[in-house]
Amino acid sequence: MPETFQLIPIAAQALRSRPIEAQRVSRVPWSQAAHQLAEGRLTLLGLWASPSAVSMAVLDGAHHLGLLRVDARRGSFPSVGRLHPAAQRLERTIADLYGIIPEDAPDTRPWLDHGCWGLTHPMGETAPQPEAPGPYAFLPVEGESLHQVAVGPVHAGIIEPGHFRFTVQGETVVRLEQRLGYTHKGTASLMAGAPVARGAQLAGRSSGDSTVAYAWAFAQAVEAATATQVPDRALWLRALMAELERLANHLGDVGAICNDAAFGMMLAQCSVLRERVLRTCDLCFGHRMMRDRVVPGGVAQDVDTARVQALVDLVAEIRATLPSLVALYDKVASLQDRTVSTGTLTEALARRFGAGGFVGRAAGRNFDTRKHLPYAPYDQLQFRVPCRSEGDVNARIWQRIEEMEESLSLIAQILARLPSGPIAVPLTPPDASREGLGLVEGFRGDVLIWVALDNRGRIAHSHMRDPSWFQWPLLEAVIEGNIIADFPLCNKSFNCSYSGQDL
Amino acid sequence: MRKFLIEGLTHRPLTEPAPGPADPALEKLGLQVQSAQHQRLGRSLAIRMVDAGSCNGCELEIHALSNPFYDLERFGLRFVASPRHADVLLVTGPVTRNMVEALRRTHDAMPDPKWVVAAGDCAKDGGCFAGSYAIAGGVASVLAVDLHIPGCPPAPIELLKGLLVVLDSAARA
Repeated sequence: MPETFQLIPIAAQALRSRPIEAQRVSRVPWSQAAHQLAEGRLTLLGLWASPSAVSMAVLDGAHHLGLLRVDARRGSFPSVGRLHPAAQRLERTIADLYGIIPEDAPDTRPWLDHGCWGLTHPMGETAPQPEAPGPYAFLPVEGESLHQVAVGPVHAGIIEPGHFRFTVQGETVVRLEQRLGYTHKGTASLMAGAPVARGAQLAGRSSGDSTVAYAWAFAQAVEAATATQVPDRALWLRALMAELERLANHLGDVGAICNDAAFGMMLAQCSVLRERVLRTCDLCFGHRMMRDRVVPGGVAQDVDTARVQALVDLVAEIRATLPSLVALYDKVASLQDRTVSTGTLTEALARRFGAGGFVGRAAGRNFDTRKHLPYAPYDQLQFRVPCRSEGDVNARIWQRIEEMEESLSLIAQILARLPSGPIAVPLTPPDASREGLGLVEGFRGDVLIWVALDNRGRIAHSHMRDPSWFQWPLLEAVIEGNIIADFPLCNKSFNCSYSGQDL
Repeated sequence: MRKFLIEGLTHRPLTEPAPGPADPALEKLGLQVQSAQHQRLGRSLAIRMVDAGSCNGCELEIHALSNPFYDLERFGLRFVASPRHADVLLVTGPVTRNMVEALRRTHDAMPDPKWVVAAGDCAKDGGCFAGSYAIAGGVASVLAVDLHIPGCPPAPIELLKGLLVVLDSAARA
């Protein structure tokens, strides 16, 4: 093994069309890669374990992807989080689930393991839970006239569970510390040994709002591992569904953010459009959220000309209505007063954490898998990736607005040029154990799924990395110095997934 | 903003008629609820929603209940922030082991009489997540469930039907 780290990049085309081979490195080059992450020469895309090794997906400055793997049979590996904070929660998860210890890690507290499972290291060498753990050690905060506000896991609204510990001075937030993991379902353990169809079902339920993106990323990973060539029509229908999903979620988010600034009219108007999108999805794909419609090998549902027309009409209706909603947002000064310069994310931090989606792009990190690690059919479609630099709540709203306009254009292009042909093929049975990576731009950012298939074509190991992993920690950073009453605004403008990050 | 306000005055509302008679299965469940000797609540129910580990799909559809098409509040149903104000606990998700205590405490904080409605396939028995080390099971593994609304996720109209069944039973009892 070489002792000087040199990334072996994998071309975007090869990434999704054939099995991926990890670049096996020893401990020294692994740590050198961690240094390069800390220096900003590489961006972390994912960090996960399998029983005997730890893998890391990284991106270099020219948007080339690399997959590194270090041996962990001795039960530990050199910590990446020691040098690069974006890796810390992922390493705590590896320690919780596999019992593989990141050496010299700065934060050794459990992350997903709340001491309730009745066992430890469920994915590694399992042992019964020794005894009920003591209270979680939140980071100490010292100073005059500070007090703490504890929120969650059960929140006041209709929202997923998670705990937020605010330390405030007067009204100003001095520190926010998140504690997540409440929705940990042990999905990876259910995946292990399961047939591919069952894996697709679970992947589509990792984060319900991104069910198309997850199902597509999972399908990409499996199709790459089995070198299956998916028919064109299936790929175009997947993109159609993915853009509808993005549109529906962005509409919901814009309304909900404004509602958190007590501007309910926007929520009402946006939720009407969102409902129209969901109803059209139901009509065209047989499910409002298009769940289980993307399957490994293709898609489960075709659309006929009448349904294509329904989608054309939907695009026309939203294009006719959206500008007046945008004008409404733009002209209400009291609303702008809440969103402008609130919860500002710096570009440096967005880059350091490799924040994807509207969180990263609204703060100047212009990365979009559809453009920078392209996959069909996006390489044949015309679209731009909007990017802003302000990084505040207002920028994240405008980012969504501009992304919706691009999605509408993409949907129109897809409907006009939908290729004919079959919508699915059977997977090519693998001849040996194979691995595949899937990377899909969901509405929230890039969803990365790694799957290792055994020689019978069953899932041996898998990992699903939600974009929220690299966005949640930034929410802690942007709220600092803001008033606590603006937290709902900041939180909704990030709209991170709890279920996606809790695994 | 003026444009939207004028439109609101001159256009018919988007709100759709209430769902028709519940299907036989839901009616049966409603009778079970009724038989539990519930106090009259005057056709008004306050709902506290708890996600006990869902994928967030159910939450999206519960949110949709408040949009102008379904307009939940016209039936006297409304979501409240505190369990202290709630008559109904609406629970989604397979109950994760990490959420068991929070779910139980939320239920304990509600005053009597109270009902538990489990929404979604996972809330029934853990759904596709059943069998995992991290899952306690369906909602019934932690709390006594009065009504279950199936679906993955249940469409808003199904949620509405289910909640109306609870409301009618509560009012008739």
